[in-house]
Amino acid sequence: MDWLSKFPNMNDEALTALKKAIDDGFRAFTRSYGDGIEEFFEPLQYFLVQCERFMTGTPWPIILLLIAAIAWFASRSWKIVLGCVATLLLIGYFGMWADTMRTISMIFVCTVLAIAIGIPIGIAMSLSNRLQSIVNPVLDIMQTMPSFVYLIPVVMLLGIGKVPGLIAVVIYAIPPIIRLTNLGIRLVDKDVLEAADAFGSSGWQRLKNVQMPLALPTIMAGINQTIMMALAMVVIASMIGVQGLGQPVLKAIANQYFTLGVFNGFAIVGIAIIFDRVSQAYGRRLQKHREVIHG
Amino acid sequence: MANPVKSNYGIEIKNLYKIFGASAAAYVDHVKKGMTKTELNERYGHVLGLKNINISMPSGSIQVIMGLSGSGKSTLIRHINRLIDPTAGEVIVGGVDVVKMNKRELRDFRRHQTAMVFQKFALLPHRTVLDNTVYGLEVQGVPRAKQVDAAMHWIERVGLKGFEKRYPNQLSGGMQQRVGLARALANDAPILLMDEAYSALDPLIRMDMQSVLLDLQKEIRKTIVFITHDLDEALRLGDRIAILRDGEIIQQGTSQDIVLRPADDYIANFVKEVNRGRVIHVETVMSPLGSGGPAQAIMVPAGTKLDAAARKLMQSKQSEIVVVDSKGNSLGRLSLAQITSAMVTPAAREEQAAGIELAPVI
Repeated sequence: MDWLSKFPNMNDEALTALKKAIDDGFRAFTRSYGDGIEEFFEPLQYFLVQCERFMTGTPWPIILLLIAAIAWFASRSWKIVLGCVATLLLIGYFGMWADTMRTISMIFVCTVLAIAIGIPIGIAMSLSNRLQSIVNPVLDIMQTMPSFVYLIPVVMLLGIGKVPGLIAVVIYAIPPIIRLTNLGIRLVDKDVLEAADAFGSSGWQRLKNVQMPLALPTIMAGINQTIMMALAMVVIASMIGVQGLGQPVLKAIANQYFTLGVFNGFAIVGIAIIFDRVSQAYGRRLQKHREVIHG
Repeated sequence: MANPVKSNYGIEIKNLYKIFGASAAAYVDHVKKGMTKTELNERYGHVLGLKNINISMPSGSIQVIMGLSGSGKSTLIRHINRLIDPTAGEVIVGGVDVVKMNKRELRDFRRHQTAMVFQKFALLPHRTVLDNTVYGLEVQGVPRAKQVDAAMHWIERVGLKGFEKRYPNQLSGGMQQRVGLARALANDAPILLMDEAYSALDPLIRMDMQSVLLDLQKEIRKTIVFITHDLDEALRLGDRIAILRDGEIIQQGTSQDIVLRPADDYIANFVKEVNRGRVIHVETVMSPLGSGGPAQAIMVPAGTKLDAAARKLMQSKQSEIVVVDSKGNSLGRLSLAQITSAMVTPAAREEQAAGIELAPVI
């Protein structure tokens, strides 16, 4: 009756051998292909470094003006612009300017990458039910798998630094944009699609003229979610060498510096609010034509 | 009368069947051998959409297809530009079978030979009136300047001048459908498909839009296929009318045929509510000229409705009218008594129709 009280698991030697075999296999893979993969990500590294150099190297008033200008063109709202400027001034006054710039540059690169990869996948997914049934479970895994778990292979392959951090953040943050692009395109009014077909649109014309513009508000919501999730990963990414607001937080955890943690935490919240308000206001402006004035 | 360039764009639908379901093709023969819609649905779980449709639509005229909801009329019009693929049959437009076209040919056909107006307008909400109107031309790859020229012309013709920069949501339903019409006309295709185009509009605006269409048709002379569930609309617009019920055509003919000689009780029941004075033409009910017609009769052109003829007769205080053709030749004569009796629904049919309604009570 031993099997009732103790779960009849695989015997310990076999289990150890299995884990060791997989580990050795992956280590061997890392050794033979690690350099090649690192080279493959070289342009990304370059992009990241340039972006960070720009953000930290440019005098702060210029960056402040630039961000204010972007906020203005996206939202056309003085309230939002003033909010952005005030938040950034406050962050700078409390001595977190450089770290904040590094974090913003990281989030910017992550978002660009997530959009560049996520939207095409989302479009492909919306066009094929089979692809959707394959991609959906993968996205589920990406969202629920604890991020520390996939940090391990990424670090083994690429070591510690900006690029592995970026990859970890993108893996975590890309699902919403893929899902919402797919959803947005699938929700496009069937009557309008039929009209596009009736006028002889090609597949590309249909996508460009009808599906993407009508799905845009949903896609914008996806981009907004992606940015928020990328920000949530900042602290975890700092564990593998990504500089920015995450590192002081990490230091605060290790040494129980309460105030340091709170200050940097609020700085992250501050830039999250800036990103969120600006991107949402932009999304709303894209939908201006939906305002009903007559009938 | 028809424009010679467009004259060969009649539409010929032959032996068309549409069955909805997973293995539709397998059941066409069953249906051809006489299986009913109910039997097909109950035994095999397939829905019979259209059954043995044969219509010949001459070019340059308005063909109305009338039926109640579920009769298959919207399915039928979608076979003409193959938004729906038939299960069996042919749709011949300008000598070419649309059913046999490949993807590229079909796309070209839709771009250049047909244009469509939809019940729910189906405008692009993110584009202005102007950018909606150019859509068909844009898809064809026409240069932008030409697109705008054509679009502005048609926007003006449908009465939307000054609204080019508005978005569809800023317009009323009637105005949105004008945009739909302008978009279809800007395409300059010989065939215009109108799928319950006016059904979503309120009655006054619908009348107004019918007039717009009839006025335009005098000039554009396109082959128009107009779907409706409203018999009055069908009689007002249709050069020819086909009545569809449960996926089958139960009567085809001119408005005069439908009103004066309904094929069965179902149609008769519809027709009895019609204002006959506004539908029946004088030449349909006139009697031969004979000899020694009245010297002072008033002339009325063929195609005049009884209603208008009666009004003229009353005003002139004559006893008879003479029907003349466009060249002024006399065709026949008509007295006030004849007009009145033609305008009243025949007693026999009235009783018959009443009988149908009363039957369940007894």
